[in-house]
Amino acid sequence: MATTTKMTLAKALNAGLRRAMEDDPKVLLMGEDIGRLGGVFRITDGLQKDFGEDRVIDTPLAESGILGTAVGLALAGYRPVVEIQFDGFVYPAYDQIVSQVAKMHYRSGGRAAMPVVVRIPFGGGIGAVEHHSESPEAQFAHTPGLKVVACSNPVDAYWMIQQAIASPDPVIFLEPKRLYHSAKADIDPEATPPPLWSSQVVRRGSDLTLLCYGPMVSTCLRAAEAAAGEGRSIEVVDLRTLSPLDLGPVTDSVRRTGRAVVAHEAHVNLGMGAEVAARITQECFYSLEAPVLRVGGFDTPYPPARMEEHFLPDLDRVLEAVDRVMEY
Amino acid sequence: MSQHLETGPETLGGDPTDYVQLLTPEGVRVEHPDYSLDPSPELLRCFYRDMTLTRRIDVEATALQRHGELGIWAQLLGQEAAQIGAARALAPQDFVFPTYREHGVAWVRGVDPLKLLGLFRGSDQGSWDPAEHNFGLYTIVIGAQTLHATGYAMGMQRDGVVGTGDPQRDTAVVAHFGDGASSQGDVNEAFVFAASYQAPVVFFCQNNQWAISEPIERQSRIPLYHRAEGFGFPGVRVDGNDVLATYAVMKQALQRAREGGGPTLIEAYTYRMGAHTTTDDPTRYRLDDDVQRWKLKDPIARVEVLLRRNGYADDEFFARVQQEADGLGAHLREGCRALPDPSPLAGFDRVYAEQTEELAAQRDEYAGYLASFEGAN
Ligand SMILES: Cc1ncc(C[n+]2csc(CCOP(=O)(O)OP(=O)(O)O)c2C)c(N)n1
Repeated sequence: MATTTKMTLAKALNAGLRRAMEDDPKVLLMGEDIGRLGGVFRITDGLQKDFGEDRVIDTPLAESGILGTAVGLALAGYRPVVEIQFDGFVYPAYDQIVSQVAKMHYRSGGRAAMPVVVRIPFGGGIGAVEHHSESPEAQFAHTPGLKVVACSNPVDAYWMIQQAIASPDPVIFLEPKRLYHSAKADIDPEATPPPLWSSQVVRRGSDLTLLCYGPMVSTCLRAAEAAAGEGRSIEVVDLRTLSPLDLGPVTDSVRRTGRAVVAHEAHVNLGMGAEVAARITQECFYSLEAPVLRVGGFDTPYPPARMEEHFLPDLDRVLEAVDRVMEY
Repeated sequence: MSQHLETGPETLGGDPTDYVQLLTPEGVRVEHPDYSLDPSPELLRCFYRDMTLTRRIDVEATALQRHGELGIWAQLLGQEAAQIGAARALAPQDFVFPTYREHGVAWVRGVDPLKLLGLFRGSDQGSWDPAEHNFGLYTIVIGAQTLHATGYAMGMQRDGVVGTGDPQRDTAVVAHFGDGASSQGDVNEAFVFAASYQAPVVFFCQNNQWAISEPIERQSRIPLYHRAEGFGFPGVRVDGNDVLATYAVMKQALQRAREGGGPTLIEAYTYRMGAHTTTDDPTRYRLDDDVQRWKLKDPIARVEVLLRRNGYADDEFFARVQQEADGLGAHLREGCRALPDPSPLAGFDRVYAEQTEELAAQRDEYAGYLASFEGAN
C-alpha cells in the first residue's frame, strides 16, 4: 500500500521522475551532471544508480547537443526528459528547441511526435551570479508547437512532471528553483491530480483576482494573507499552464471580482502578464472595474545578486498594484 | 549499449606524460627539444610570487564565501602554474578573454582582485575596464568567449597589427576555456573561424580533468590537443602544473600568432584540486586518491625547490612574499566587506547606450515607489 509522504519540491520531482521511469521504459533522463552527482540541485539524486547509465545520461557539456540528440532519441521512440542546469544556459539549445523540437510534428504532417520534456530551474532569489536567475517562459510560450508549464509546490511538482512526460507534445517544464528545498507537503501517490493543462484557484476571495505561477505563487498567497488583514479579500489563481493558458478559472474569477493583477518574475514587457491581461480584457471587458495591472521584473537584464530584492516583485510591490487596482 | 566510463581520468586521455615539461614535480629542470628556456632568477622569483599571491586570493575568497560575504567562489587551487605561465608570456598589447576562473591571469593583468570578488559577491557583474587591462570580463556561459576572442583577433588583423615584425605592435589574443567547454558548439566554431582566417588567437584550455562532476572522458576520447589537427592548426599539451613549460609553450604560440602564423591550441594538463565552486561537493563523484596523487605535483612547491636549490632566493625572499600575501589577504577581507551595494536605480541607466524614454520612465516610477517608503518611515 502506498502511503502519503512529506516531501520538498525537489524530492517530489525526484519521486515523480522515478515513477515515470518505472511506468515507461522509454523514458530517459539527459543532462549535465545529472548522473553520479544527481544534478546540481539533486533533482535526479539516486536515479542513475537505480536505472543505469543508459537511462540517466550524463551528457557532454553542450546544450544544443543535448536537445538535438533528444530530438533523435524521440524520433527513435524514446521519451527524453532533459535537464538544463540553469535557466540562462538554455539559450545554446534555443535553436534546437524552437526550430526543431517545436516544429517537428507540424513539418512531418503530424507523423512525428516530439514527447520531449525540457526541465528548467527558473527564477531568482538565490543570490546567484549572472545567468542563474532568469525567467525565459515567454520566449517559449511565444513559440507555437511548445507547451509550457510551471509548478509552484511539491504536490503539483510530483504530478505535473509525470503528466508532462506522458504528454505526446514537447513541454517546457519550469521549476521554481528557490522553492526546491522550502516547505514540504504531503504527497499521496494514490490521489487523482487535476489535469496538467489546468489553472487552479489556490485561495478564494471576492475583491480582486491575483494571477501568478511558479515562484510567485507563494509570494501572492502571502500578499493575499496580508491584504486580508486590511479587510481585502483576494482570490489567487495559480496559472500552472502558460501555454496553452487555461482561462476558464481566470475569467470566472474576474467576472466575480471585477479586478485583476498578474504577477511574475519575468520582465513585464511582452511577458506572460501581457497575454493574460489582453485575454481578460477581451473576455471580461464588461465586468472589469479597473485595468488589469502587471507586476514583474524590470525591463533590464537580471541584476547582480545584491540588487535582486529590488528586481524581484515582492509582497509590497504586489500589494501596491493591488492598491492601485482597488483604488482605480 | 553505450560505452560506459569505467575508468577514472587520465586512462583515456592518452599518455598523460606526453606533454611538454621543463620542471619536474621534484623541482628538477629537464630539457625539451622544442622548448628551450633559460629563465633568469628574477623571472623564477616572479613566478613564485605570482603563484603564491594568486593562491592567497583563492584561499581568502573561499573563506569569505564561507563567512557569507560572497555568494559563490570558483576556486583555482592547483591551476596556478597554468594561469601564471600563460599570463606572464603575454605582451602588454595582447588581449585575454577569460572564463570565470582566471584569477591568476587577472592578477598578472593588474586587475585588483577585489574587483573579482565584486562579481562573486553580487555587487556587480565585473567592474574592471577590459580596455584598461586588456583583460575581458569573466564569461560564465561556457565557451562563448572563445568566439569573442576569435573575432577580436580578426579585428587585430584588420587593424594591421599582425605580422608587421614590430614586437611592440604585433598582437595576439588568448581564449581561455576548460575541458568541459571543449564540447560546446561555440568552441568548435571558434576553431573553424580561427583556422579559416588564420586569426592570431591562442586557445588555452586548462584541462583540469573535471567539468563539475563529469570527467574528461565524457567530453573527449582522444587527448584534447589532438583535436587541433582536425581543424587545421597545431595543438600541444603542456604540463599545466609546470609554470616554466606553460610559459615557454605559450610564448611560442603567442609569437606564432603575432607573426601571422595563425591559431594554436594549448592543452594545459592540470587538476582542479578544490571543488568546482564553493557550492559543489566533489566527494559525491571523485576519489580522494586522485586528489592526493595530484598533491604531489603541486605547481608552487616545485618552483620553491628550484629557487632554494640554486640559491636564487633566500629565506628573506620567502618571508617577504609571505608578508605580501598577508597584506593582500587583509586588503581582500576588509575591502570585500566594504564593497558598495549596487544602486537599485543605476541599473536602469546601463541597459542601453542610448537610454529609452520607456525605461527612463520605469526608473522614475520605481524611484517614486522607493521614496514612498522613505516618507512612511
Ligand atoms: C552554457 C553553459 N552550460 C552550463 C553551465 C554550467 N556550468 C558552469 S561551469 C560548468 C563546467 C565547466 O567545466 P570546464 O569547461 O571544464 O571548466 P572548469 O569549470 O572545470 O574550469 C558547467 C556545466 C554554464 N555555465 N554555461
